[in-house]
Order: sequence, then structure tokens, then C-alpha cells
Amino acid sequence: MTTPPDPVSIRPRLWPRLRGVAGVLVALAATLLGLLLVTFVIGRVVPIDPVLAVIGERATQAQYEAARLSLGLDRPVWEQFAIYVRDALTGDLGTSIRTRTPVADDIRRFFPATLELATLATIIGVILGIPAGVLAATKPGSLLDQAVRLIGLIGYSLPVFWLGLMGLLLFYGILGWVGGPGRLSSGYEMMFEFDVPRVTGMILIDTALAGQWAIFRNALSHIILPAGVLGYYSMAYISRMTRSFMMNELSQEYITTARVKGMPEWRVVWVHALRNVQVPLITVIVLSYATLLEGSVLTETVFAWPGLGLYITTALFSADMPAVLGGTVVVGMVFVGLNMFSDILYRIVDPRAR
Amino acid sequence: MTTVTTMTQWLRDPAPRSRLQARAGQLWLGWLRLRRNRLTVIGLSIVLLLLLVAAFAPWIAPHNPLAQDLSQRLLPPLSPGHLMGTDEFGRDIFSRIVFGSRITLYIVTLVALTAPLFGLIVGTVAGYFGGIVDQVLMRITDIFLAFPRLILALALVAVLGPGIENAVLAIALTAWPPYARVARAETLTVRSSDYIAAARLQGAGGARIVWGHVMPMCVPSVIIRVTLDMAGVILTAAGLGFLGLGVQPPLPEWGQMISAGRKFLFDQWWVATMPGLAIATVSLGFNLLGDGLRDVLDPRSSGK
Repeated sequence: MTTPPDPVSIRPRLWPRLRGVAGVLVALAATLLGLLLVTFVIGRVVPIDPVLAVIGERATQAQYEAARLSLGLDRPVWEQFAIYVRDALTGDLGTSIRTRTPVADDIRRFFPATLELATLATIIGVILGIPAGVLAATKPGSLLDQAVRLIGLIGYSLPVFWLGLMGLLLFYGILGWVGGPGRLSSGYEMMFEFDVPRVTGMILIDTALAGQWAIFRNALSHIILPAGVLGYYSMAYISRMTRSFMMNELSQEYITTARVKGMPEWRVVWVHALRNVQVPLITVIVLSYATLLEGSVLTETVFAWPGLGLYITTALFSADMPAVLGGTVVVGMVFVGLNMFSDILYRIVDPRAR
Repeated sequence: MTTVTTMTQWLRDPAPRSRLQARAGQLWLGWLRLRRNRLTVIGLSIVLLLLLVAAFAPWIAPHNPLAQDLSQRLLPPLSPGHLMGTDEFGRDIFSRIVFGSRITLYIVTLVALTAPLFGLIVGTVAGYFGGIVDQVLMRITDIFLAFPRLILALALVAVLGPGIENAVLAIALTAWPPYARVARAETLTVRSSDYIAAARLQGAGGARIVWGHVMPMCVPSVIIRVTLDMAGVILTAAGLGFLGLGVQPPLPEWGQMISAGRKFLFDQWWVATMPGLAIATVSLGFNLLGDGLRDVLDPRSSGK
């Protein structure tokens, strides 16, 4: 991107590629620092006295001063920021005012639920979205192509929380096909608490590992609707991008060559063309995964899903700023990390992207 | 009849005699191209309908959106006098949706005026001056781009306190980075043009060149982005309202109306359903219009 490729050396060399990766890593460090700066500034301008929030209204002046010193609020601002960065990098995001536990521990408990939901949603989106996009690209203007366009448009226009509520109304309230809000029905919650050892924190995996299939089925009936709703948005995005990549690829000359050679059409489309769009496609999938990890804030509220998004919004209403900002930092870091991951992957896998 | 034909002739004149005529002719051609796509026309109609409904809300709405009548609470749709039913305080849902269009339009307009302007300034300055200015501004842009939008808006509202102005501010602060990116890319393509060099030779300063000669070139691509982003702004505003962080009750904001209807979802489905249909219609309208505008104004990226 910065320097034009050397026309003499056709064979890809390792060094420029590594240098590209190093550049990405430097940018990553700068972005993370900026992320922490933004949350630090937000935390400083908040009209809540952090000392009072910790010790309560009725503490004496001496207790107030002691707490102020222990929080490091007497030091210069830049020093406070340095301490904040150091703490964040070592995994210390402060103590939640509401739960009185370290924010990092809270997030560790809440994150698996979000991860489980986003992962299942992405799997749904990929399984439905890629074939739909490929088929739409092979027959532009066909009924399926129109359908993919319509699904995409609706996906960009419907509020996710409303679609979730409508899903609950139809599939839970009227038809009774799926479990309601929450990760488990109340009877199964106790069983899960006592009978299933925590390995990953993701209920579907933990129960499968423990062989508790009754709980597994119950958990599946609860996750399928929120995952389906999020998966719809993922599918809308992935199918639209797949279609556009494939359209571009199918107009290339090597595709014409393959067709002229008499190669079967399915092989031209699904093997030749699809293989060449897999790199940008991976980027799209990673991006949609990252968006789902953050976008589940509203879905988690609708489905009472005890994940990171619900943790942040609950903390917000009890003015628990360490928890809100800690959660924001973690989501931001995951978001940045996944973006950089796709960027690096792109540079390593695709010889053209240098 | 004759005035119409002379009008179109004037618009189609291949040799316009004034700047106004040339501009009007360009707009006319754009409109002809826009008109060809049925979906775009539907989108445009929806957006115009939103404007009309917002402008004439007091005449369209049959009831006062804030008037409570507990004897009329939770009436189903198509009850006499209540097209979409009533909510838990007996307020007419249709009237609330009609007045809610004003709030939506207010948020959309404010965001559409502030965020792109700020992005334009950052992007053109970064692109035109380059070097260290570019590096610093673009790194800041990247940081804001790295934040998930809704979460950053949440954190900002948490700091500023809930309310309509703060929701607008939070959304605008999360919405400007893409405009800066677009404007910078556009600036890079024009900064070495001859007309810029001519302006510089005439002694124009950096600020004058950026404001008068670079920024107008970036406006079309930014406008396309704005139209495409409006649906996202509506959804974010509704999301903030749904979480109770945007417009506060009793004002009839659509997202907050859905949130209020959650309690009655299984028994009185219409309370949550109706405002959602309004949000979906309006954001669909902006999406269709944005797609069409992009195809007309920027043929390079059509079909993507």
C-alpha cells in the first residue's frame, strides 16, 4: 500500500510481509492506547465522585482522604493515566461498585454467554449466507438474487430488539416451539449449577462434555431464538458481500478459460471462483463476528441473556462506572483485536495484498 | 402545457447560458436517472411521507399523544377512534407514532448536520495538509472507529445523562469517523489538481483552499454516505430509547415505546409491535433512497 511492489521480484519474500505485520502490531498498540485514553477521559469527566462511590455518603473526612489516596487521585493526571494503562494491561479493570468484585472477574463470568451466542449466530450466518450469496451471484436478477437483496435490505432496516421481541411473541408466546428468555428454564438452572462442572462457561459445550443431554436440550431451546435473530443479521451481511465478491470473480478471464475448457459449471463456481474469494470472505466473517459480540447489547436485554452487554447496561443504571468502562474497554479490545487479526490474516494469506 | 415543455427544454439545453441553468439541468438529469429505479422512488416517497407527517402531526393525529385516559387502556387495534389501539395509559398509539416522527426527524437532522460536517473538516484538513497533521488526525479517527458504536454511545450517555440532546451528541460523536475517511480519500485525489495549484499561486491560504476548493468536491460522496447512514442513526437512536437512555417518557419516542410495550408483549402485542413497524418503514426508506442515490451519483460502486 505504501510502496509500489517491485516488478522484478515476483516470488513473494518473507521480510516485507513481516514488516507489514509489524506495522499492524504498532497500529494495534497505538489504537489500544487511544481506547484506554478515551475511557479514561470519560471516567474523569463523569459527574460522579469516584471516592464517594466507593466509600459511601456517610464516611468521615479522614476515611475520604484515605480512600482518595488509595485510589491515587492525589497524583498528577498523566500519572493516573499511566497507572490506569498499567492496571488495564495486567488485567486489573478496577472494582465494581455494585457487585464489590473486580470488574475483570465479573467480565470473565459474563463473557462466555456472549461468546456462545455470537459464535452460534455466526455459524448460522455463514452456513446460510455463503451459499445464498454464491447462488445469487451465479444467476443475477433471478428470484433468489432478488430474495438475497430483500433479506439484506430488511436486515439493515429492522431494529434487532424489535425482531427479537416479535420472535419471542411468535415462537415462544404463540407457538411454544422455543424456550423463553434466559439461558435455561428455572428448573434446569439448579441442575446446571450442581451437576455440570464449568469448563468453558458455555452451557452447550459444558453440558455436552458432562453428558447432561437433558440440560443441553433445554439450553439449545433457549439459545436458538436469540442466535437465530443475530444470525439473520449476520446472514444478511455475509450473503450480500459474498454475492458482490463472486460477481467480481466470475467476470475474470480465468473463469471464461475454465468454462471454455469444458469444466462443469459447479466446479467453476464452487471450487475455482469460491477459493479465490475466500480471503476477503474471511475478513467479512471476522468483521460480522466482531459486530455481533458488541451488537448483542440489545439482544441480551430482550432475551435476559446474562452476557457482557447485559452486564454493561445493568451497571449503567446503577451508575457503576468502573464496570461500564471496564466492559467498554474489553469489548473495544476484542473488536480491535479481531479487526487486526483479519488484517494480518489478509496480508499473510493473500499474496496480492502487499 | 407550453410552460412545461419550455421548462424541460430549458433544463435539457445542451448549452446552458447561466450557472443556475447548468446546475438545474444536472439535477434534472439526476432525477431522471433516479426515477428509473422503482425501489428508489419508494424510498423517496417514504422519506417524503415522514417529512409530511412530522410537519402536519397535529392535524394528522386524532388524539393528544400525551393525554391519558385510563378507561380506554390497552384497547386492541381498529377499536373505534383508535386505529392502532391504545397503550397502558390509554394513550392513542397512532397519535404517539405520528408525533414520534418529529423526534426521529429531529435526531436524524441534528446528527446529519453535525457529524458529516465535523468529519468533512477533519478529513479534508488531514488529506490536504498531510504529514504529521494527517498522521495524528487519522489515528484519532481510527481510535473512534475502533470503538463499537452502540457501546461508545452508551458510555457517553452514561456520562452526559439520558435525554434527547445527549443522545444526539453521543450518536454524532460515534458517527463522524467514516465521513472523515471518505473526505480524506476524496481530498487526496484532488489536492494535486491544477485548479488547486492555481488557487495557491493566486495566494490563497490553506484554510481558504480547504474550505472553498477542496470541501465542495467531497460533498457528493459524503451526502451518499449520510443517506446510507441515516437508517443506522435511526436504529441507534431507537436502541438508546429502548434501553431507556435516549428520549425520556412521556415523550413518544419509538424505541422507548417498544420498551414500554415489552411488559404486555404476550397479551397486548400491538403496544410493542406498532412503533417497531414505524422504525422499520422509515429506516427501509432511507436505505432504499441511499442505495438509489449511490447508483446515480457514484456509478463506480453500484451493485455492491
